[in-house]
Amino acid sequence: MKLAYWMYAGPAHIGTLRIASSFKNVHAIMHAPLGDDYFNVMRSMLSRERDFTPVTASVVDRNVLARGSQEKVVENITRKDAEEHPDLIILTPTCTSSILQEDLQNFVERAQLEAKSDVLLADVNHYRVNELQAGDRTLHQIVQFYIEKARKKGELPTSKTAKPSVNIIGISTLGFHNNHDCTELKRLMTDLGIEVNAVIPEGASVHDLKRLPQAWFNLVPYRELGVMTAKYLEQEFAMPYVDITPMGVVETARCIRAIQTILTKNGTEVDYEKYINEQTLHVSQAAWFSRSIDCQNLTGKKAVVYGDCTHAAAITKILAREMGIHVVWAGTFCKYDADWFKAQVSEYCDQVIISEDHGAVGDAIAKAEPAAIFGTQMERHVGKRLDIPCGVISAPIHIQNFPIGYKPFLGYEGTNQIVDLIYNSFTLGMEDHLLEIFGGHDTKEVITKTISADSDMTWSKDGLAELNKIPGFVRGKVKRNTEKFARDRNIEVITAEVLYAAKEAVGA
Amino acid sequence: MTLADAQPQSISFECETGNYHTFCPISCVAWLYQKIEDSFFLVIGTKTCGYFLQNAMGVMIFAEPRYAMAELEEGDISAQLNDYEELKRLCIQIKRDRNPSVIVWIGTCTTEIIKMDLEGLAPKLEAEIGIPIVVARANGLDYAFTQGEDTVLAAMAQRCPDKAPEGEKEERNAIAKLLNFGRKQEEVRAEESEYIEHPPLVLFGSLPDPVVTQLTLELKKQGIKVSGWLPSKRYTELPVIEEGYYVAGVNPFLSRTATTFMRRRKCKLIGAPFPIGPDGTRAWIEKICSVFGIEPKGLADREAQVWENLEDYVQLIRGKSVFFMGDNLLEISLARFLIRCGMTCQEIGIPYMDKRYQAAELALLEKTCEEMGVPTPKIVEKPDNYNQIQRIKEMKPDLVITGMAHANPLEARGINTKWSVEFTFAQIHGFANARDILELVTRPLRRNNSLKNLGWDKLVKEEVEIGNGGQ
Repeated sequence: MKLAYWMYAGPAHIGTLRIASSFKNVHAIMHAPLGDDYFNVMRSMLSRERDFTPVTASVVDRNVLARGSQEKVVENITRKDAEEHPDLIILTPTCTSSILQEDLQNFVERAQLEAKSDVLLADVNHYRVNELQAGDRTLHQIVQFYIEKARKKGELPTSKTAKPSVNIIGISTLGFHNNHDCTELKRLMTDLGIEVNAVIPEGASVHDLKRLPQAWFNLVPYRELGVMTAKYLEQEFAMPYVDITPMGVVETARCIRAIQTILTKNGTEVDYEKYINEQTLHVSQAAWFSRSIDCQNLTGKKAVVYGDCTHAAAITKILAREMGIHVVWAGTFCKYDADWFKAQVSEYCDQVIISEDHGAVGDAIAKAEPAAIFGTQMERHVGKRLDIPCGVISAPIHIQNFPIGYKPFLGYEGTNQIVDLIYNSFTLGMEDHLLEIFGGHDTKEVITKTISADSDMTWSKDGLAELNKIPGFVRGKVKRNTEKFARDRNIEVITAEVLYAAKEAVGA
Repeated sequence: MTLADAQPQSISFECETGNYHTFCPISCVAWLYQKIEDSFFLVIGTKTCGYFLQNAMGVMIFAEPRYAMAELEEGDISAQLNDYEELKRLCIQIKRDRNPSVIVWIGTCTTEIIKMDLEGLAPKLEAEIGIPIVVARANGLDYAFTQGEDTVLAAMAQRCPDKAPEGEKEERNAIAKLLNFGRKQEEVRAEESEYIEHPPLVLFGSLPDPVVTQLTLELKKQGIKVSGWLPSKRYTELPVIEEGYYVAGVNPFLSRTATTFMRRRKCKLIGAPFPIGPDGTRAWIEKICSVFGIEPKGLADREAQVWENLEDYVQLIRGKSVFFMGDNLLEISLARFLIRCGMTCQEIGIPYMDKRYQAAELALLEKTCEEMGVPTPKIVEKPDNYNQIQRIKEMKPDLVITGMAHANPLEARGINTKWSVEFTFAQIHGFANARDILELVTRPLRRNNSLKNLGWDKLVKEEVEIGNGGQ
């Protein structure tokens, strides 16, 4: 058992449902107790869906516990088949069905006899994988199913498209800025003269899946979703794939060069260098920003980064490599993919943190005292408590992270958005600090905003008064250093004198 | 078609498949941990439960709530780990970090399926760590949404002391203390005489403190003294319950708590409509008065005055129709109030219908329909959301009260919706809060008045007409 207040990645079935409801005309049926269909609320609210979320539950109640699901699951599948005529129904196990150990595969086979739609059992285990891993698996499972089905029927197209073409794999519902990223990627492909053969799973029909092998290559923009599918397609059809996330100026160029290599290998000589140059200098403002005085002022400022693998790694590289910001630590909650993350960011930050514990992450932020945080909604709230600005760069996210305006993180427009996000976070902090220096709006008497346990040191009135004169953004550090100084010398009450003595001694 | 056609006077009941959307009952920790200030709620379940709570509670999650998940891992499921030792470790940690007066264990679907004996483990652990442990099985296998509170309160009803320790008697009554705050002892005594002699009355149901005060004062006007309230602000202030006390519920979803009071604590239950809407509040007070043989004073005027103040809102909904999809058990009372406001109601969906506990409320609904000259609604227990949506498409009601899963899709199809969960978190009880109910109900209609003539009320492409379940 684990005491937990907050989790970064959801349970496995959420991943499966995200894939299922990204496709067009695919219906998911959860084998779950009443109330577990919370996914529908999230999808309807967060992404403001106009359509009913194609997810229903085959409710597990007392009767099911006593006698097993018997006909219930089969009936629910065939009923949904008749009502909605989906192309595919995915039976989705949950934590409850994981322990009931009913033979869901058997239900699927029986339902398949009657149902006109295809029926699949999502191959995910609640206790082994999380939302992200389950999503990756389910996408792979569906693609494999339809490729094999087409192959059996002899309907699998074997020829490549005439012009260079790509499948974009991994755009999904409830993904962080996914729909904007998708638009940006399509635009980028058009610029490069590459046709988009298919985008999966978002908005795709399962009938399109057999056409996947016609593309020249696959592009997997996110580390968390699509790699399994891309590897499968590589193995089956020798399709190359690019898994460099085009986030940030340098990575976008790297991604485009990888595409160039693939196309050239396939006999289409392309040279994207001019394009990269033009975009970098004139379309994206990020390169210019890194030379501007604004960015110069950020040099050496401390930041911490935390999120999923894709976003945390990319943002870390942007901060360190493209803006000269000092990344004290970079972290991810994708424990299962820790090695990849470490390899990506190690040279760009002092320390790598792999943890799913929001408390530990919060403490690491408090200890580092960065000038800005880039993290999830949880880190944003830690920032609020510590008075440190935070830019949200990764799920878990709230409704405000599903903006209506065009805000991609990928491609050249993405680099512009990221510059704004980063610069605005830092200037907010600077503004605050200037206000403090010039006797701004700080009327707080005592400092209570630390996330780590409160200290046991006593401060005299004049000591506190002096402490409060110190600008807010360094006050925490001064307080801690002074307390350490006092503790080392067995000083019981910290007066103004002690504060200044400490300052001289340790340069607090 | 239904019984209603043949006998228009009586309410018809139906039961569908139970394929509907509602919150998991563990959501009750969200409001109960705030209500019971010295409690700590430990939900013993999986990531699924945690994910639900984290998302359903929104920003509350960042405020260091006094609740946590005891997240079960594979070793717990296969009994490689010892339940007792695991729970002990976590509870000691909670005691150290938060020092609560009570730890409430919320059993979930998983603890049911693996048959973790929480009721057996609790007393042992309680003795060992010295903190009361209350067990409530608020799981999605058995209950819906607000019924979670019912399971917690039923468990707490067993913990209410049966005799106040001498000398503490005056102190224990937290509500009286609240109302008498800052006043001299003599004044308080003088006030005691304002109450009419009647057997002790304890109310049950978790309400925000301002509403507790309002309802208590409302009864005080009739000379009725509220001896205690379950739950109180603190676990250490649970009301004294002796055999023969009278109890009354303030919410329609508290059947188990009511049963516990009657069977286990030998209390007498006052079966009344619930104090939701001015009509409900009046009927609630009248029923309590009648049980104690008190002639209620000034209630008719009070109700009339409230209605007068509501007129601007009532005008907006008079003659309009409302459809309850059903997810929180407040539906009967709300429908009864809205029919009194002049609305018609075709269907009341409800997760679970306790015809005995809600008898007086059902009778009032029937009477209200008769008096307003509208057909009685069909009550659909364990509704089927898919079928309901087909019926909504057919009936085209002016307002659908529904969960968040259906609200946006219905709005996109030009159907007004009100999110049902707001009714459980808003203050809706008593005379003073009737306006809040209508504030919620009329909001979509008022919004539409501002937007009308813009011509974009249907925002989805024409859907293929789906036949009656046929191919």
